Amino acid sequence: MTTERVGFFTDTSVCIGCKACEVACKEWNDVPEDGLDFTGHSYDNTGALGADTWRHVAFIEQDRDGAMRWLMSSDVCKHCTSAACLEVCPTGALFRTEFGTVVVQQDVCNGCGYCVPACPYGVIDRREDDGRAHKCTLCYDRLKDEMTPACAKACPTESIQFGPLDEMRERAFERLEVLHVAGESSAQLYGEDPGDGVGGQGSIFLLLDEPEVYGLPPDPVSTTRDLGSMWRAAAGAGAALLAGVALASFGGRR
Amino acid sequence: MSDSYYGRPILKEPVWTWEIPVYFFFGGMAGAAAPFALISELRGDEALARRAWLVALAGVAASPPLLIADLGRPERFHHMLRVLKPTSPMSVGSWILGASSTAVAFANARSLFGWFPRLGRLAGATAVLGPALSTYTAVLMADTAIPVWHEARGELPFVFASGAAMSAGSAMALIGGGAPARRLALMGAAGELTSTTVMERRLGPLGEPYHEGAAGRAARAAKALTAAGALMMALRGRRRAGTVAGGALMLAGALGTRWSVYKAGFQSAADPKYVVEPQRARMAARAEASAR
Repeated sequence: MTTERVGFFTDTSVCIGCKACEVACKEWNDVPEDGLDFTGHSYDNTGALGADTWRHVAFIEQDRDGAMRWLMSSDVCKHCTSAACLEVCPTGALFRTEFGTVVVQQDVCNGCGYCVPACPYGVIDRREDDGRAHKCTLCYDRLKDEMTPACAKACPTESIQFGPLDEMRERAFERLEVLHVAGESSAQLYGEDPGDGVGGQGSIFLLLDEPEVYGLPPDPVSTTRDLGSMWRAAAGAGAALLAGVALASFGGRR
Repeated sequence: MSDSYYGRPILKEPVWTWEIPVYFFFGGMAGAAAPFALISELRGDEALARRAWLVALAGVAASPPLLIADLGRPERFHHMLRVLKPTSPMSVGSWILGASSTAVAFANARSLFGWFPRLGRLAGATAVLGPALSTYTAVLMADTAIPVWHEARGELPFVFASGAAMSAGSAMALIGGGAPARRLALMGAAGELTSTTVMERRLGPLGEPYHEGAAGRAARAAKALTAAGALMMALRGRRRAGTVAGGALMLAGALGTRWSVYKAGFQSAADPKYVVEPQRARMAARAEASAR
């Protein structure tokens, strides 16, 4: 069964940093508590996405000509079109759902950890106590019942919007236009281009500053794009090794 | 200095532990010793072939326990063989290791006890593909978002292949492999010193981890051990003491290089500048190209 590809549009220009998305996600998905720490980084005490944080609200305090600007953004798994985590997974635990999202099958994952350094955004991680990889499922169970993902449902300002990905992209461009006309020239979309290094993200963002300010890579590329050249280099090195072994063997008497 | 979110890493550090670089050492050694054994057999030197098969056996026997111990769910190790996935070097590698260890076991059964004479020969012949076991691990590392690994994708296989030759040659020399084993070890040492230097140079600023912290210490130690071992083997290799000292130093050197590559990945993931700066440079180059 294939249905329309769905995704998020996170409009950070209306995020108020309430963290209702973080809480709703934890509640619905039964994600364990991951430390009650004070980081000292504005109101962000979660730090980053990880095995036990599937929505993460970033807080950035900027001094702009003496006036303070507060950027807030709810980050989430990008559900990439070319998802490196899925491609490198050796067990097939990570798979593409009928909604076009990327999900870990917990009954298959053996905790090899390959997806962790493969993700160009540092989203997925292995949970210490249970040994398996975890990340946002885009509420796979809720989607099956035609419900909105918990984070989008809980968002009070519609900063997190959910729907068919094409519609999300359209809304993102419309909103960008409105902000540009209003003079917010630094507003930019992130992950909306199907021609980018990951084939376009399944979660599109509208940011008010450069991606790296929010802890996002400015030009992510799925590592498996270069897999052909890697195997060619390995074949070359393997052939050289074989030649070396032959040379050593035939080089003369013992 | 590029912008960042409170200096926090963008990438996640690998969750792999010490077993992985140690596996690279043992698997690599087996992948080089197996074709050496095959060629020795073809040359009619059964005594040398037997020693080489034993080294290959030691390598493949040590590998699975190390890999399984590193899993988050070791009891599910067999899920590795649920699928064969060309896009996953770890999946391809699991099959390579599975096939290699089976072949090496049969080849040893034949060479040691004369069991399975035909199957043993046939299994031994597959050692032509042994080098795949030594080099796929480089693809495994390169096929990640870690800049110091991914951007070394052209050089890492040569680092791993030469380290494999060095360790297999050294191990065989230690158990009476004679001049052919010593020659393999020396060729491997030369290859490793060259390929790591080329890799570090080509990485440019991304190669910083190889000069700092734990990775830097391991890289320097590995080079010193390799050079000292090779010198010892080249000058005093005809004597037992020289072979033992040289071989032991080079084995330590090969392990040290793998350790440095492993550790460099953590240092590379920890600092967001290694992610942001090359990506910004790429974007700038693209913008310039399209403006022209």
